[in-house]
Amino acid sequence: MSAVPLKPEPGTGIGAIGSPADAAEATIAADVRSSTRRRRILLWAARAATLVIVIGGWQLLTSAKIVDPFFWGRPSGIVKQLNDWVHHGTAYGSIWEQIWVTMKEAVLGFVFGVAGGVVIGVLLGQSRFLADVLGPYIKVVNAMPRIVLGSLFTVALGLGVISKVALASVLVFFVVFFNAFQGVREVDRNLLANARVLGASRLAITRHVVLPSALTWIIASLHVAFGLAIIGAIVGEFLGATKGLGLVIASAQNNFNPNGVFGGMFIIALLALTAEGLIGLLERRLLSWRPPSQSEAGAA
Amino acid sequence: MASTFAKRRRVAHRTREGTDAAVRAAQIELAGVTKRFVTPSGSMFTALRDVDLVIGPGQFCAVVGPTGCGKSTTLTMVAGLDRPSAGVVRVGGQAVDGITTGTSFMFQADALLPWKTVLGNVALGPVFRGIPKREAQAQARDWVRRVGLAGFEDHHPHQLSGGMRKRVSLAAALINEPSILLMDEPFGALDVQTKAIMSNELLGLWEQTRPSVIFVTHDLEEAIALADQVVVMTAGPGTVKAVYNIDLPRPRGAVQEIRFEPRFAELLHQIWASLREEVERAYARTAAAATAEGGRS
Repeated sequence: MSAVPLKPEPGTGIGAIGSPADAAEATIAADVRSSTRRRRILLWAARAATLVIVIGGWQLLTSAKIVDPFFWGRPSGIVKQLNDWVHHGTAYGSIWEQIWVTMKEAVLGFVFGVAGGVVIGVLLGQSRFLADVLGPYIKVVNAMPRIVLGSLFTVALGLGVISKVALASVLVFFVVFFNAFQGVREVDRNLLANARVLGASRLAITRHVVLPSALTWIIASLHVAFGLAIIGAIVGEFLGATKGLGLVIASAQNNFNPNGVFGGMFIIALLALTAEGLIGLLERRLLSWRPPSQSEAGAA
Repeated sequence: MASTFAKRRRVAHRTREGTDAAVRAAQIELAGVTKRFVTPSGSMFTALRDVDLVIGPGQFCAVVGPTGCGKSTTLTMVAGLDRPSAGVVRVGGQAVDGITTGTSFMFQADALLPWKTVLGNVALGPVFRGIPKREAQAQARDWVRRVGLAGFEDHHPHQLSGGMRKRVSLAAALINEPSILLMDEPFGALDVQTKAIMSNELLGLWEQTRPSVIFVTHDLEEAIALADQVVVMTAGPGTVKAVYNIDLPRPRGAVQEIRFEPRFAELLHQIWASLREEVERAYARTAAAATAEGGRS
């Protein structure tokens, strides 16, 4: 029994300060701390190892010609390609200009899509009749592969920015709309009844009760929505453009340059991650009233 | 539909300005009120049948009855959130049409907005009535203090205990100085000690402003300790079975101690005899329904 002094039975810590039980308590706390630290170091080491194995494996396999670098590219080639773009630009102007154009299209599409989705979602969510009338049509439109609209927009709106913004907006709109609609539907009946009894006008109920309540749902959709905005912009550029990352990737494909395709992908991924981070910040700011959830605390 | 709603609201605002003093501590009257609901499967369900009830101005009326006897439905109709299928609800002599002005409602579940602070939640009433934000907040600050939550103004509801959240609800309900206070098992989810503290708090605040109260509860002892009048309802379809006047003197003092009075025990005994029949009938009915369900499957 005396071989395990570090684990006192519950209730043995009643003694005065400095008792053996307190000392044991402190040792346990220190143990927990150091094991948490050890776990974190292990975690980061494993992450780094994963990266090295995947990238290194790719490089080795292509060097050894087990995988054909002509089709699949190679990490060193991608780095060279990126370097080349940064220093000598692309066939359509500097790489920064391409990034700027694509981001402009994605962000504008995102803004229009979100605004439209929120406004119409909140309106329909509050009117049962309108929702019942338009419900089936919305389902049909949602079932269509809307990405095909890109062809239409390219023909109708030209090769410029507008056709890409239109495609990105359409993609974003539906995701945000459905979430806003559902969010409004899910508002607690008690909260609504209480606000009505307190004398709130319809506008005040929307502003103080419905919108903040639906915001949790709307913000959840924004994460997916920005990804879709970028997809809309890139696909639009694939279909026909004079500038943009999608065009750069498409021309790399036509020139049998897999490194160019991967390079473009890499840049887009960086942009998407940055945007995701910004949306995360916005989320924390707007939803700061929410109790910290257990899983978030665990992941931090 | 939206426009009729807006119109109704405008009218409500006008009457509020005009008759504010007259509405104070209004009499509540239900005459022949029946309420039917259509169930999702399309059949008819009668929640209340021929309810006649008068609650005098400034009276504290507790409503007890078995589960599902339409107690909450009564409250929503007095508040104007719902309409009777037959009969009429009058408040201060006027038939209820649209939201009844000068009413506050306290629900069993918190009706606090989780994204607003304690102060923001309490200030909702004045803000909705169009009082400037600064003044609304000053009023709210005063009410937060009166329910004993000074220092918690900037907390969000999830940071408070159940009892503290009830205090916020109470302040939010009383800040409009309602002439009618409707309470639907407001302390049902609290533990016994917190419930007793909150009941005392409620009595203290009620005695200051004296609105007419309808207090729905399952707890007969709570009903007797608080109310002037205890209404026993029958198992659904609910109707008024009996009304008992509670002649315990006011101010009552601590609700925990009034239970030791001989008169309290007498009343409890008498009302419980009446209530027990209904509770047993409601229970037998659900049990029968459960066995019928089991037999069918």
